[in-house]
Amino acid sequence: MADLAAAPPRASHGWSIGWGDAGPFLALAALVLIGFLINPDFLSANNIANVVTRSAFIAIIAIGATFVIASGGLDLSVGSMAAFITGVTILFMNWAAPSVGTAAIPLGMAVALVTGLACGLLNGTIVTLGRIEPFIATLGTMGIFRALITYMTDGGTVAIDRSLREAYRPVYFGDVLGVPIPILVSLAVALIAAYVLYRTRYGRRCVAVGANEDVARYSGISVARVRTLAFVIQGACVAIAAICYVPRLGAATPTTGVLWELQVITAVVIGGTALRGGRGRVWGTVAGAVILEFIANLMVLSDFVSEYLVAAVQGVIIIIAMLIQRMSKR
Amino acid sequence: MLKNALIAAGVTTALLSAGPALAAEKKTIAVSIPAADHGWTAGVVYHANAAAKEINKAFPGIEVIVKTSPSASAQVSAIEDLSATRKLDALVILPHTSEELTTPVKAIKDKGSFITVVDRGLNDPKIQDLYVAGDNIAVGYNTAKFLVEKMGGKGNLVVLRGIPTVIDDERIKGFQDGIAGTQLKILDIQYANWNSDEAFKLMQDYLAKYPQIDAVWANDDDMLLGVLEAIKQSGRKEIKFALGGNGMKEIIEKVKAGDAVTPVETPYPPSMIKTAIYLTAAHFAGHAPVRGSLKLDAPLITKENADEYYFPDSPF
Repeated sequence: MADLAAAPPRASHGWSIGWGDAGPFLALAALVLIGFLINPDFLSANNIANVVTRSAFIAIIAIGATFVIASGGLDLSVGSMAAFITGVTILFMNWAAPSVGTAAIPLGMAVALVTGLACGLLNGTIVTLGRIEPFIATLGTMGIFRALITYMTDGGTVAIDRSLREAYRPVYFGDVLGVPIPILVSLAVALIAAYVLYRTRYGRRCVAVGANEDVARYSGISVARVRTLAFVIQGACVAIAAICYVPRLGAATPTTGVLWELQVITAVVIGGTALRGGRGRVWGTVAGAVILEFIANLMVLSDFVSEYLVAAVQGVIIIIAMLIQRMSKR
Repeated sequence: MLKNALIAAGVTTALLSAGPALAAEKKTIAVSIPAADHGWTAGVVYHANAAAKEINKAFPGIEVIVKTSPSASAQVSAIEDLSATRKLDALVILPHTSEELTTPVKAIKDKGSFITVVDRGLNDPKIQDLYVAGDNIAVGYNTAKFLVEKMGGKGNLVVLRGIPTVIDDERIKGFQDGIAGTQLKILDIQYANWNSDEAFKLMQDYLAKYPQIDAVWANDDDMLLGVLEAIKQSGRKEIKFALGGNGMKEIIEKVKAGDAVTPVETPYPPSMIKTAIYLTAAHFAGHAPVRGSLKLDAPLITKENADEYYFPDSPF
């Protein structure tokens, strides 16, 4: 995983990470080293591939959250939204499969994306047009999306049609030249996001709005539009994550994506984005998501933590990772 | 489903002919259960509604009303509202928690209602007239005995447990008792919160950590789905058995199909709510004595008896 740290090109100014931003990557490197010392199996190609692939959902969603948080917003609904989009996608694919066969898969992906964009737009307009605090607005939609997925599944499971199962499987389990597809997808999403956030006018406005809303408004930026668009980007990212998620277990349940929002926010903050807005770090977010998944993996691979204390140790490690991140900034 | 309907019809005719005299005054049976928020409770809601429909149709003298509640405090309000607005001849309740529901249910009992408690007992067992539950210890114990027998008493196991609760503890205890004294060894046991995703991740980690795993037990079928997917992805062939528990229809389908890795299942059936509602109805319509406790067995579900536990229309 160390290669992820080196992945972003440092040549041009806007893309550069700089030593001040190296915190999350240092924390990640430290974690990998500790993991190797505890159990050499930790660095086996198989384990690394599994864990990084698993972190892809949180990473992709967290990249979207980087925009929302950098612009001074917050989205608590992402976990429920992921479950809702998964449910809509599966129901659509099952409905379309008898008439169009495996073409239902790309059509379903399009439906997922449209649903995600619509959910994001809903969150964005409630926050901006309705002038409701993002925390409360998305707490509301979190409940709505969760209830809708529970309703769609009758509280049970909605599984993808058997005829589509095998054809869709490679989207999670397949690889290109040995690199699992979800990792490629999250890298692609991160590249695009880094470009948008660091190199486009929208990205700069996004950060400006998060840093100081009033100053941004006086300099002629439409704050509402920038913020709404950040939520729409978030919706698109959740949809992409859902598209990769469906083939993993092939089903949506009312417990899909529960508490993902907290993992997402944690990943974003570990990555160096300021929770109060005004600072966004796309690659840091990706490192944050990988760190979280590595911690969980390490808990199982190591033998000295009682199963009852796993959550406590995870909490301590997250706080230490944050401290490493902070200190590296001085 | 057809088979069930036939059984129901049979019971109906028997009960109807037994107690026509009681049909004069309409009796109300209120059913209070948790709202469907995961597979098992979804099954409870499905079977409670099915029972209500069947009984309302079969016995004109009985009205069954079903109320679902998302939390313990909502359930307390729901039963208080029910008893305030009408006379409850019976209350069938699957409590969210024992502690919070004990006093409110006692208040209803004091008004003269017949109380049927399902699955989770109240703190004071004197409140209930009828208690219907499954056997969580047997879920673990019977699974363990099956593995001991099929694996010749030795091998390496990994176990996935659910959310820290009495239910989870009992299943694990039953399992540990079942393998005690054999050379079956539990390599690892961790919580996966009865969640498919977490079970998938945990199983991937188990597979990375242990080069030789002979069998896996996930103490719930939601988790088993994640486990099976992780095994499939790893391509590992040494795992002889991957077993679950509860009786989810997807897993029963595997048992019916004679799956080699998941050939058996242990039930902790959500349909026990139906048993409880029918027995309560029998108290009024059949004039049949039903006071007491009924502990449903958790026998191994095999290819032969799988139909008895298979509900294709249920969400679980």
